[in-house]
Amino acid sequence: MKDINEDIAWAKINKDVLKSLESPRKLYWVILAVAIAMISVAVGCEVYQYNIGMGVSNLNNPHVWGLYIATFIFWIGMSHSGTLLSAILHLMHADWRKPIYRFAEAMTTFSLMTAGLFVMVHLGRLWQFYYSLPYPNDRGLWPNFQSPLLWDAMAIFTYLSSSILFLFVGMIPDLAICRDNMHDGWRKKLYTWLSLGWEGTDRQWRNFRITYLTIACFLIPLAVSVHSIVASDFAMSQQPGWHVTSFPPYFVAGALYSGCAAIITLFIILRYTFKFEEYMTLSILKKTVRLTFAIAMIWTYLNAIEFASVWYGHDQPSKDVLIQKATGPYAPFWWGMIFCGSVVPLILAFKRFQTNIPVLLVTSLLLNLGMWLERWMIVAPTFSHGYYPWTWDHNQWPSWVQWGIVFGSFGWFTLLFMVFCKVFPSVSMYEVKEMVYHRSRAAKKLEASGLQAKGAH
Amino acid sequence: MSQRHLLALFSNFDEAEQVIKELRNTSIKGFDVNNDLVVKSPIEHPEVEEMLGDKPVYVQWFTLFGALMGGLLGFFLISGAQANFYAQIKGGKPIVPFPPNFVLTYEMFILGGVFISILGFLICAGLPAKRSPLYSSKVSEDQIGILVKADDAAISTLKNIFTKHEALEIQEEAGK
Repeated sequence: MKDINEDIAWAKINKDVLKSLESPRKLYWVILAVAIAMISVAVGCEVYQYNIGMGVSNLNNPHVWGLYIATFIFWIGMSHSGTLLSAILHLMHADWRKPIYRFAEAMTTFSLMTAGLFVMVHLGRLWQFYYSLPYPNDRGLWPNFQSPLLWDAMAIFTYLSSSILFLFVGMIPDLAICRDNMHDGWRKKLYTWLSLGWEGTDRQWRNFRITYLTIACFLIPLAVSVHSIVASDFAMSQQPGWHVTSFPPYFVAGALYSGCAAIITLFIILRYTFKFEEYMTLSILKKTVRLTFAIAMIWTYLNAIEFASVWYGHDQPSKDVLIQKATGPYAPFWWGMIFCGSVVPLILAFKRFQTNIPVLLVTSLLLNLGMWLERWMIVAPTFSHGYYPWTWDHNQWPSWVQWGIVFGSFGWFTLLFMVFCKVFPSVSMYEVKEMVYHRSRAAKKLEASGLQAKGAH
Repeated sequence: MSQRHLLALFSNFDEAEQVIKELRNTSIKGFDVNNDLVVKSPIEHPEVEEMLGDKPVYVQWFTLFGALMGGLLGFFLISGAQANFYAQIKGGKPIVPFPPNFVLTYEMFILGGVFISILGFLICAGLPAKRSPLYSSKVSEDQIGILVKADDAAISTLKNIFTKHEALEIQEEAGK
């Protein structure tokens, strides 16, 4: 099974990808309609919460953080695999990433945008969002620069802006292709403007290569730092169950895991919707699945480490929270997380399922359900069972307003992502050409050396 | 003497390489191979770029400058803000605590590095650019273009070389 057909003509690559900008399958419009309906639910809930107050979300002592923060972490985590595919695998010269990294990068950008919304929603008082920006108040006092929450804001801003720039720079040669092939209209104007006059000169390519490599080098530590800082929001507090040293690597592994699972889901949807069967091949899917399986096992290991360090530690309240998670009202969700996060991925170890699209679609959705539950199980149980028994409240359930906004966020992400894929090429044309070019050359060389060896005999 | 542009399109890199080799080895009056030749291609091709001679890239200097400035700006902005607390009692804690400040310094280091790298890329690659005198959309598809600028007298020699190497198409800028 080949990653890509090496004989594919370059002109055909352009034609196929450009076609995706014009005529997707009907499923595309169905997905868009569902996404808009989901957003409407969230907008309705948010308007209600805005008008009536945060009380309607049922976020009240001791449950001051709820689904909003859990889902915020989920979306931040989702963004990490875009960086894994585009930056880490780029540095490792894994060229199979080329047909799929563009949409993974877009996934990074849009999941960060979605995560950013949750900070605002969680604040409640949207009109006072600017309080969190680093500027002095009337008394000349600045925000607390030692707080992980401020680090978070800065890290996410850096990650979001860098990801957008990385996505944009990597897309310039493809935007020039779009510019050269589109008929007059808004699209042509947009591509002409965004392609910045790119003509593929040797000077442009030379500088492009170094710039892309440099930003990739920056993005890797940045991605790790972002989720480590998000982990610090918890780990640097004194709350039982959160004050764990292994939280940052555990969060990063969880982030890569949910991102990889999302890549599998989106891979399958895009492959069908935009007729990318020739580029998003089963061989590439298999590699992505194997990568996801490896990360799933790392996450499982880190999960076990976290439980063990709490269990064998001498912090009784943390141990009580762990027991509470496994046996209290959150038990079905906690065990659901273990099942979806650690048991379901075992399916991915079987060769016959590594290219089975229906199985992979369901599995990837279950993996992400598990990863979302993981974030919820980090946030909620600790608040329900804190240090002081008189603050315990095991039965506070998120209101339908919280559920509605969380539900709608998936529609928001889907809408942004699908619109992006319809307006911009979601398969990198020039990189697929490079892949085809280098692979066909390598194959020819191999063939020639084989013939020589035969001749020698 | 007035100068004109010629653009020749080739179907593959091997042909383009041969042409560049020949242009480098042939002395043509009114044409400087180091300054008057541009290769346009649908993909990056380091081997062809190598044949064009040593052309350094300066983007990494922008990166270094941006990262250092970002880091310094971040650190001094935070430290400057914290220095306001001189007026307040800190209970023996440091006024400018280095370990937590390192986090934001690090983020600003990366932010500066990325932003200024992009600026450097735009400057060094000459973007945004106006459309060059001769351009073919085939270059963004599957053909390799060699754009040359030469005196009128050298044009016919260059054309002959392109034709010899089976150029698919030769575009010529109108005489001024």
